[in-house]
Amino acid sequence: MDLHLIWFILVGVLLAGYAILDGFDLGVGALHLFAKGDNERRLMINAIGPVWDGNEVWLVTGGGALFAAFPDVYATLASGFYLAVFLLIFCLIFRAVAIEFRSKLPSPKWRQTWDVAFSVASILTAFLFGVVIGNLIWGIPLGADKEFHGTFFGLLHPYALLTGIMVVSVCMMHGSIYIVMKTEGEFHDKARGWVKNCIIFFMIMYGILTMATMLYVPQMVANFKNYPILFLIPVVKLLVIANIPREIYHKKDFMAFISSSVAIVLFMFLFGSGIFPNMAYSNPNPQFSLTIYNASSSIKTLQTMLIIALIGMPIVIAYTVSIYWIFRGKVKLDEHSY
Amino acid sequence: MSLLLLSRIQFTITIMFHYIYPPLSIGLGVIILIMETMYMITKNPLYHQMTKFWVKIFGLNFAIGVATGIVMEFEFGTNWATYSRYVGDVFGSALAAEGVFAFFLESGFLAILLFGWNKVSPFMHWVSALLVCFGAHFSAIWIVVANSWMQTPAGYHIVGDGLHARAEITDFWAMVFNPSSMERLAHVISGAWIAGAFMVLSISAYYLLKKQHTEFAKASMKVAIILAMIACFGQLITGRIAAEAVAKWQPTKLAAMEGHFAANAPANFYLFGLVDEKNHQVIGPHIKGFVSYLIHGDFKQPVKGLQSFKNADRPPVAATFYTYHLMIIIGIILMLITVTGIIFFWQGRLFEKVWYLRILVPAVLLPQFANQLGWIAAEVGRQPWIVYGLLRTSDGLSKAVQAGAVLTSLIMFTLIYLLLFVLFIFLLDRKIKHGPELIEAQIDGSTHRASE
Repeated sequence: MDLHLIWFILVGVLLAGYAILDGFDLGVGALHLFAKGDNERRLMINAIGPVWDGNEVWLVTGGGALFAAFPDVYATLASGFYLAVFLLIFCLIFRAVAIEFRSKLPSPKWRQTWDVAFSVASILTAFLFGVVIGNLIWGIPLGADKEFHGTFFGLLHPYALLTGIMVVSVCMMHGSIYIVMKTEGEFHDKARGWVKNCIIFFMIMYGILTMATMLYVPQMVANFKNYPILFLIPVVKLLVIANIPREIYHKKDFMAFISSSVAIVLFMFLFGSGIFPNMAYSNPNPQFSLTIYNASSSIKTLQTMLIIALIGMPIVIAYTVSIYWIFRGKVKLDEHSY
Repeated sequence: MSLLLLSRIQFTITIMFHYIYPPLSIGLGVIILIMETMYMITKNPLYHQMTKFWVKIFGLNFAIGVATGIVMEFEFGTNWATYSRYVGDVFGSALAAEGVFAFFLESGFLAILLFGWNKVSPFMHWVSALLVCFGAHFSAIWIVVANSWMQTPAGYHIVGDGLHARAEITDFWAMVFNPSSMERLAHVISGAWIAGAFMVLSISAYYLLKKQHTEFAKASMKVAIILAMIACFGQLITGRIAAEAVAKWQPTKLAAMEGHFAANAPANFYLFGLVDEKNHQVIGPHIKGFVSYLIHGDFKQPVKGLQSFKNADRPPVAATFYTYHLMIIIGIILMLITVTGIIFFWQGRLFEKVWYLRILVPAVLLPQFANQLGWIAAEVGRQPWIVYGLLRTSDGLSKAVQAGAVLTSLIMFTLIYLLLFVLFIFLLDRKIKHGPELIEAQIDGSTHRASE
C-alpha cells in the first residue's frame, strides 16, 4: 500500500473521529431549544460538558494532519473557502463561549440569549461542514496553478445546500440518541420522542441526497462502477441505520449510539471512496483536480508523520476511550456542572 | 489597504489574542501540579481547596484558548496559502505533532481535572494534573519548534523552482533541534511560568487585601512566589542564550533589536533610546561596545550592523528595538518585584506588606506585556522574511483571497474577540469574587454554597 493512500485514510480517520464526536455535540446543540426550562437545558449542556472541547481537538488535529500530509489541499481549500472557513470558526467560537457562559448568571434573559446562540451556532456549524463536503463532491473551479477560482456565493449551489441540511440531520439524529443515552426520567422519555422524528428527518434527507448524487454527480458513482465491491458499503449502511430504531425500541440506547456512530463512519467511507483519488475535484476542468499524489508532502515526511501517528494515535484513542468510560452513565448536575 | 497589510494585521490580532491564554495554561498547569502534589503528600485539605480553585481558573482559560486556537490552525491556509504550500512539508508536521502529542492530552485529562473529582481516585486525579501540565508544555514544544524553524531553518532542502519551489524535510531531528528552537523554547516556557505565577500572586494578594480566604491566599502565594523566583532567573539565563542564537543566526534581527546601524563597528548596548531610522542612529543612555562584549567577549570587536545588509533585507528597526527593550525593562521590573517578595517571605513579612500586595494585584499584566512584546520583537525582527532567508512575507500570501474578504473577517474577528475578552474578564472577576469552595471542615455547620 502506498503512503499517499495511507495518509488519505488517516486524514479520513481523524475527520471521521471528529464527525462522530463533535457530531453529537453539534446535534445536542441543534436540539437545544427543544429542551424546555432551565433544568432540561442544563442537562443538555452538561451531557456534553466534560467532552466537547476534547472533541474539537479532533478537528484541530485533522486540520494539522491535512496541512502536513497534503499541504496543497489544505492551502487551496482554506484560502478558496475563505469566508466559509471563518464563518465556521466563528460559529465554533460562539458555541464554546455559549457553553462556558450560559449558566454563569441566573438571569433568564441572559440564559435564553446564550441558549439561542448555542443552538444557532451548532446548526450553522453542521450546515457549513455539509456545504464544504457538498462542494468537494460536486467539484470546485480550480486552475492549473492549484488555486481556487470561484466565489463565496458560488459555493452555495443547491447540491451543497442539500448536503448541508443532510449533515444537520445526521448530527440531530446522533445527538438525540446521545441525549437519550445520557439522561433519565421524564426528560429521557421526551428525548426518546426526538429520536424518532430525527430519524425520519434524516431518512428523507438521505433519500433525496442519494438520488441527487446518482443523477447529477456522475464522478461520484464512477468508482463504484469500477469496484462493485464498494456497493457493500451502502448496503451495510442501510442495515446499520435500520438497526438504530430497533435498538431504541429495545431500550439499548448505547447500542443505538454505536450504530449511529458506525453509520457516520460509513458515510465518511462512502465519501472517501467516491472522491478517491481526488481530494479536491476540479469542476469544470477535472485535469486540475488535487489528488492524493499531486498535492501531497514528500515521501520522507509522510513516513515521519506515519511514525508519529502510529506512536501517538493508539495512546490518544486509549485514553479518549478511558475518559468516556469515566464519564459514562447518566448526567447529573452538581457543583462542578456548567 | 493592501491585502498584505490586512492579512498581517489580522494575523497579529488573532495570534496576540490567542497568546494571552497558552502562557497562563502552562504556568497554572505547573502550579496546579505542585498544589495537588502537596495535597497527595500532606493530605491537608487546604491544598485540595487550592487545587480545586485554580483548576477552575485554568478551565476558563483553556476554553478560550481552544476557541481562539482553532483559528490559528486554519489561518495559515486561509491567509497564507502560498506560505502553507511552501512550508507544509516541514511546518505542517510540527503542527500535526502538536495535535497528536499535546492537545489531545491536555483537553482529555482536563475533563477529569475539572469534572472528575468524584469519579476517579485521588491518585488518578493527580495523574491527570500531571498529564495536563505535560500537555500544555508539549504544546509549547511543537509550536516553538515550528516557529523556530521559520527563524533558523534547518534539516530541509528546496525542491522545484519559481512558483513550484517548496521546502522538504531531509532530517526530521535537525528540523526539531534547529539552531534556535531549544533556546527559544526555554525562554517561552519560563515566560509562561512567570505569567501563571503572577496570576496566582495577583489574585491571592487581592484576597489578602480584602481579608478574605486568607489561609488559602497565603498558601497559594507561597507556591507562586517560589515558582516566580525560579522562572525569573530562568528567564534571565534563557534570554541571554536566546539572544546569542539571534546574534549567530539572524544578524539583521540582532542589529534591529540593539539599534546597531554601522556596517562594521563595535555595537553599543542601549538601556533605552529613541530610534532615528532616517539618520541611522539611536539616542539614549548606553554602554559602549557592550553588545560586542556579550557576543564576542571583547568590547572592541565589530558587529555587523544594518548598513551591511541590502535595504530590502532589513527589518523595521524602531518597532523591533522598542518592543525588545520594553520587554527587557519589564523583565527587570518583574525580577525586582519577585526578589522583594522572596526577601519579605524569608523575613516572614510577605503577607503584611500592604503596599507590596497592592503592587502585586495589577502586576499580573506585566508578564502578559513582556510575553507579547518579546514575540513582537521576534516576529517583526524576522521581517521582511516569513521564513528567514528563504521566503518573503509578501510572497507568502493567499492568491485566491481578495482584500475585501480579509477586511470582512478582520472586522468580525475584532468584534468577536472584543466580546470574548470582555466576557473572559467578567467571568474571571466572578470566579475571583466567588472565591474558593469552603473546605469540608468549614462546611460542617454552615450552609453549603450552591453551585453556580
